[in-house]
Amino acid sequence: MAIATFKGGIHPPDKKELSKGKNISPTKPPKRVVIPLVQHIGAPCKLAVGVGQEVKKGEVIGTPEGFVSAPVHSSVSGKVIAIGDFPLATGRMVTSVVIENDGKEEWTSLKDNPDYMKLSPDELKGKVKDAGIVGMGGAAFPAHVKLSPPKEKPVDVVILNGAECEPYLTADYRLMLERPQDVVEGLKILMRILGVKKGFIGIENNKPDAVEAVKKAASGEPGIQVYALEVKYPQGAEKMLIKAIAGREVPPRGLPMDVGVVVQNIGTAVAIYEAARYGKPLIERVVTVTGEGIKEPKNLMVKIGTIVSDLIEECGGFKSETAKVISGGPMMGFAMYSLDVPVTKGTSGVLVLPEEDVVHAEGFGPCIRCGRCIDICPMGLMPSMLSVLSEKGFYEETKDYNLFDCFECGSCTYVCPSKRPIVQFIRLAKSLVKP
Amino acid sequence: MAEAKKEHQLIVSVSPHIKSEETTSRIMWSVNASLLPAIVMGAYFFGPRAVITVAISIIAAVLSEYIFQKALKRKVTVTDGSVFLTGLLLGMNLPPSVPFYIPIIGSFVAVVITKQLFGGLGFNVFNPALIGRAFLLISFPRLMTIWKEPSAAFLHLDAKTTATPLGILKEEGVAKLMEVFGDKINLYTQLFVGHRAGSIGETSAIALLIGAVFLLYRGYISWHIPVSFLGTAAIIAWIFGGKGALFAGDPIVHLLSGGMLLGAFFMATDYVTCPSVKKGQILFGIGCGFLTMLIRLKGGYPEGVMFAILIMNCFSPLIDRGFKTKVFGAIKRTKEIKK
Repeated sequence: MAIATFKGGIHPPDKKELSKGKNISPTKPPKRVVIPLVQHIGAPCKLAVGVGQEVKKGEVIGTPEGFVSAPVHSSVSGKVIAIGDFPLATGRMVTSVVIENDGKEEWTSLKDNPDYMKLSPDELKGKVKDAGIVGMGGAAFPAHVKLSPPKEKPVDVVILNGAECEPYLTADYRLMLERPQDVVEGLKILMRILGVKKGFIGIENNKPDAVEAVKKAASGEPGIQVYALEVKYPQGAEKMLIKAIAGREVPPRGLPMDVGVVVQNIGTAVAIYEAARYGKPLIERVVTVTGEGIKEPKNLMVKIGTIVSDLIEECGGFKSETAKVISGGPMMGFAMYSLDVPVTKGTSGVLVLPEEDVVHAEGFGPCIRCGRCIDICPMGLMPSMLSVLSEKGFYEETKDYNLFDCFECGSCTYVCPSKRPIVQFIRLAKSLVKP
Repeated sequence: MAEAKKEHQLIVSVSPHIKSEETTSRIMWSVNASLLPAIVMGAYFFGPRAVITVAISIIAAVLSEYIFQKALKRKVTVTDGSVFLTGLLLGMNLPPSVPFYIPIIGSFVAVVITKQLFGGLGFNVFNPALIGRAFLLISFPRLMTIWKEPSAAFLHLDAKTTATPLGILKEEGVAKLMEVFGDKINLYTQLFVGHRAGSIGETSAIALLIGAVFLLYRGYISWHIPVSFLGTAAIIAWIFGGKGALFAGDPIVHLLSGGMLLGAFFMATDYVTCPSVKKGQILFGIGCGFLTMLIRLKGGYPEGVMFAILIMNCFSPLIDRGFKTKVFGAIKRTKEIKK
């Protein structure tokens, strides 16, 4: 089968060798967890517990408000010791519940239901919703919303995103390698909920063992096909993935469901399987802690709400005093200004770059109009024009160059020989004009 | 959190957090390096005076930028290689025997008037080296059209003056050109090696092609402009370049003479002054090829590369606007899923 891909894109060094050989291992039980009530795109949850209250593992501590929202559960058993505003990795202050871990790991209720495939699509969807599952690739969009397409937009394909195109990250890779069967089961549940017969799994070709493992696990499933994708950033961006695998182009500012597709991440699929089978809520996830600045890179199964500095400690600490710590991958992740922030449902990695590897953002040159950014923009935009217009204050004019179609993958900024912060200029313009 | 943790120094900046190794100055210095073979051949054929002319041109260009930026209290950017390149290209575009004040005047016009007064690197409309040369050609028409006979004898200082192949072609026709060079094979060989009258750095096709292949291999230039430029020129030369009949012209003579190769690979491809969109670059190249041949065949000058590129420079912003890239998903309708 020809290797599928899209037009444009870049080839940053993938650096996955730092952590790809490390099995997913559980972290030490955290002393306390800080669980934000907003871990998803959409409305914040309503607080469901009070200070001093005993909670069990898996107990709801935040109930969703509105349709585009997802409940939040306790990831440990113990006592609520504080409720207040705490920062997320992005710096945003969010109401969070601090729970002291009693170490008993007492669950609310977990029930193995091996016949989960006999449940009706609506019952399955209900389980996904109740488990608080959101897209675990980073955007954290509530999963059940994607699974409720309006009638006028029939969905006929589900794609699992195993591209993991961000350099360094290996969380999805390890899941595919260690639990391919669960990945496939998750996809089958998604297909049942949406009533579709075609399920595709796209995996970048730098993970041939994962492709093999998932192919093997899916071998008995007639509707499921595994695609090896060209290794190219941002292959895992929804629109690029759909183009590569299904050959469909999501219209500008449209959603995958506009072309009959629902995309979910590998981690999300595993969470959906666990929710459907055991009724297990999303209270832990795989986080890759990696980078040249950390002593022992690892793939960790982390309880939601675990503080990043605990993870750093777990991995032997920094190699040097000064470092850049990124939540997520190096292309789209956020640099953290504090390590006292919790892991959330969307945290796919914690990347530590030593000072000497950090490209300092200060100082950039004028655009020399070399056109590299135009050649590689996966969205077919002209980032050079956007950056120049924004730099000079012509914010309205940026709309003539399709400002709002940019999803900030950062490829343009990566290739720019003048080291211009193109994405930041685009963000600036986006914040100053209306679509 | 409550308990004390070891304080770390954290670096915070916006994504993306990794960047490619490519820098503007690395690109500029690579282009400078790619012109080295042509300079060596220029030195070989036109002697030390040619090298000194190029050196003066570079020094004058760098100094012009340095003084201008110092005077206006701007950041001095002379080490980024771009002003060095301007001086180098201007020097290579001069006849070998010009007085030494010529490159100084040319570099000043190129760097200060064409580049810095428009806002510096990235903002100039026209190729600085070519404006410098155009200024010199118009201001000093006699000095700028005295061509020395090439000589392999390195210290052959009193070389005779002669006409360039294009000059002969224009004034006396292709028959005379054959007479001067002997036969067709010899003509092609001499043009290919660069053993002909012309500007210091433009004569040796082989040297220029070596540099061009290096730039193409490194991805610093793409095929779009050179191929459309040379292709258009070759077709027009073939159709209209002959005497009397159509389709009787000699495209090879046209491609290998004058500043065609230097222009197509090293001057028309200047990032700042050519269109940024690949499709637009093809139109730009076609325009350059067309105008070059229009001037060569019908215009008053024997050579038209310089004016052709400068005229097309004006159109670059317009071409970019006309060839705006298509947004992902904007045109194609949903295709049937692969079965």
